[in-house]
Amino acid sequence: MNPLLKLVGMPEPASAHAKGIDDLIVYVHLLMAVLFLGWMLYFFYVMFRFRKGANPKADYIGARSHFSSYAEIGVALVEAVLLIGLAIPLWAKAVDNPPKPEDKPIEMQIMAQQFAWSAHFAGLDGKWGRQDIKFANSANPFGLDTADAAGKDDVSVVSEPFLLPVNRPVVALLSSMDVIHCFKVPSMRVTQDAVPGLSIPVTFTPTKIGDYTITCAQLCGSLHSTMRGAFKVVSEPDYTAWFEKKSKAGGGGGSFE
Amino acid sequence: MQTATQPHSHSHDHAGHDHAHHEPGFFSKYIFSTDHKIIGIQYGVSALIFLLFGFLLMLAMRYQLAYPGQPVPVVGSLLQKFLGDDLAKGGVMQADLYNSFGAMHGTIMVFLAIVPILFGAFGNYVTPLQIGAPDMAFPRLNMASFHAYFLGGVIMFASFFTPGGSARSGWTSYSPLASVTDLVNRFDGQTYWLIGMVFLITSSLLGSVNFIATIIQLRCRGMSWMRMPFFVWTQFITGFLLLLAFPPLEAAGIMQLMDNLFGSSFFLPAGLVVNGTALGVSGGGSPLLWQHLFWFLGHPEVYVLILPAIGIVAEVIANNTRKPLWGYKSMVYATMSVGFLSFIVWAHHMYLTGMGTKIATFFQTTTMMISIPSVIILTALFISLWGGSIRFNSASLFALSFLPMFGIGGLTGLPLGFNASDVYLHDSYYVIGHFHYVVAPGTMFAVFAGIYYWFPKISGRLMNETLGKIHWAGSLFFMNCVFAPMFIQGFKGMSRRMYDGGTTYFLGVDPTALSLNKMITMSAIALGLFQLPFIINFFYSIFAGKKVHSDNPWNATTMEWSTPTPPPHGNFTSEPVAYRGPYEYSVPGSKTDFTPQTQKP
Repeated sequence: MNPLLKLVGMPEPASAHAKGIDDLIVYVHLLMAVLFLGWMLYFFYVMFRFRKGANPKADYIGARSHFSSYAEIGVALVEAVLLIGLAIPLWAKAVDNPPKPEDKPIEMQIMAQQFAWSAHFAGLDGKWGRQDIKFANSANPFGLDTADAAGKDDVSVVSEPFLLPVNRPVVALLSSMDVIHCFKVPSMRVTQDAVPGLSIPVTFTPTKIGDYTITCAQLCGSLHSTMRGAFKVVSEPDYTAWFEKKSKAGGGGGSFE
Repeated sequence: MQTATQPHSHSHDHAGHDHAHHEPGFFSKYIFSTDHKIIGIQYGVSALIFLLFGFLLMLAMRYQLAYPGQPVPVVGSLLQKFLGDDLAKGGVMQADLYNSFGAMHGTIMVFLAIVPILFGAFGNYVTPLQIGAPDMAFPRLNMASFHAYFLGGVIMFASFFTPGGSARSGWTSYSPLASVTDLVNRFDGQTYWLIGMVFLITSSLLGSVNFIATIIQLRCRGMSWMRMPFFVWTQFITGFLLLLAFPPLEAAGIMQLMDNLFGSSFFLPAGLVVNGTALGVSGGGSPLLWQHLFWFLGHPEVYVLILPAIGIVAEVIANNTRKPLWGYKSMVYATMSVGFLSFIVWAHHMYLTGMGTKIATFFQTTTMMISIPSVIILTALFISLWGGSIRFNSASLFALSFLPMFGIGGLTGLPLGFNASDVYLHDSYYVIGHFHYVVAPGTMFAVFAGIYYWFPKISGRLMNETLGKIHWAGSLFFMNCVFAPMFIQGFKGMSRRMYDGGTTYFLGVDPTALSLNKMITMSAIALGLFQLPFIINFFYSIFAGKKVHSDNPWNATTMEWSTPTPPPHGNFTSEPVAYRGPYEYSVPGSKTDFTPQTQKP
């Protein structure tokens, strides 16, 4: 992790794409620091040199140099480089390049509701159970149809921590039952709004085993500040063991009967 | 050259024309006045009261953030008495009250304090004087604008006392939250908020057409476009921003009102399940449509909050460096570019709503583009100091401090403007730090500079310099103590609008972030205390300040200083003519270090 970001207290990155984002944050702040320090050195020098006591007669023309124009062109160029070189490709990579099947991505749904996070996986058969809004309630946020055979082995983790395997891409379809929430996992450098009526994919690859906190970054009602979720990133065998157990328990993972 | 306009040809517009014949009564002079100067003062006084009120809301919130679950000192029992146990049981701020104060702090500061003070107060008072006009083009419209603003303010204030309290879905009022907060009592704080907003928007629209017409039509003889003070340019462009950006929000506000009261679903999708039960709305609407309509206003609004402030700073800096602004023309063109570009950057507030690469690329490119003219304006102001003979009085100290403070505010917008870095910083305290640096030590410092600078013209008395400098030093120091730590909290991953100050999140992650909450709160209280010298100074100086011995105590060049003090109804005693540009200070060969625009060559 970049020492500058460590200094300001950013959490250790724990996903494959975090480095790109961290790099961009560092480079932009270096640009800002150079500009600001330049301005400040000039500012204090000028206030001292051209104070009324030292310079009782002002100069009608003032500065004659064109340095500022070059500085402005420089700023524009650096911004263009950061934009074209980093920001746009990073975004395109995150949005336009879903993981390939050979990377064995974990496909899941994440549902937000006031004030909890829930996760849903197709079970061992790899097929999603039928879902309909008419079945949805707080205990069954994904609206699973318990009569559907394909859903018998689905894994639903309602308002509880779920598990993800390390080093496998995750494609999570984010949605919300009620109002707009925002799925934010600072360590993963992941932030994505969960908008009711939309299903928005968010992709990341956890790279470090550990416990991670989900926070809601969009005001969602009275208890917004307590809307905390969690997941564990574990080794592949641990994940498989958990997943098989949950799937075999049936009924969408046993969180509701 | 603009066709000359005779001041007297417009006097038939006035309610009480030919003021010399009768003295208007109290009501027609102070309540139903059509004089731009009285309206400016009405706006200024109302906006300063709302500013203080918005600040006090924030202090109560900050107390809750630093000391979660403890009764708010001093006002806790009052909160409980007036707002009830649901919101303030035992004087402790409850989550709903926090959210409600948060929403109203934003709304009040933006729509009832800063815009009215910049556009309504300074704009109204100074613009006609600076272009040599006898009044605004439409004095009655001007009065209507203030009345709509005042009614909007009353409605917003009354909303605190409705059952359930005021609006609590943020100043952005995102649907569906704003529509599902109170499903039983539909005439809730949110409804008040929407109706109040309709009045405030109407007020701004009436004001904006008036400013545009006035600046185009009522410039005096010789006041060509490039002889207009930079402040007038900023008001002119602000007028267009308000005129073009506000109507979509007015429409959106009425649409959300329909959603809330009459069961339409412009912003509500099908299949909402709230509190475990399906919501009976027809659906088919889009929550993102509200965000588009809101931010289509919201981003130009940011420039409404900052451009007139830059205008004030430019006036004060030119006067106190005793030299012309450097690059006046580039500043004007840069301001126009900012105004235009501000209409095509709005979706950078929405990067994380599921945006594809093409749209995200468009909006971050325009966002980077708008930083260029902003840097040009700021750089021109910095370079204007070169070769000056800089005087440090209260007005100029505030104006000079504006430059680095606005610099921090502007620069910290860059990592939020790049979508990839925004992924981490979005909706964190970094954002709070960023826009407060723009508006609090930025715009507010410009407002203070303007008050110290124009106070003698308005009252005929100077404000006290010692109190002014104490006010400046304390404000500058504690503003930074309040807002700089927020960048650190943002880096640590603290989200905004957290009633518990981030405790739920940070206790498991990084408890050190919480200690900053206490420091920020203490600094905010100190910042409040350092406004007392200003309040005392303001009232003391109105009645007992040092009288000015000339109409032009700062030896300034622009036209407002060529009027009697205070300017009478109709402003100028003889027809003003502009013979030169606005900032002819220290002209080589001139006997004095200033050459007023009205001075005959």
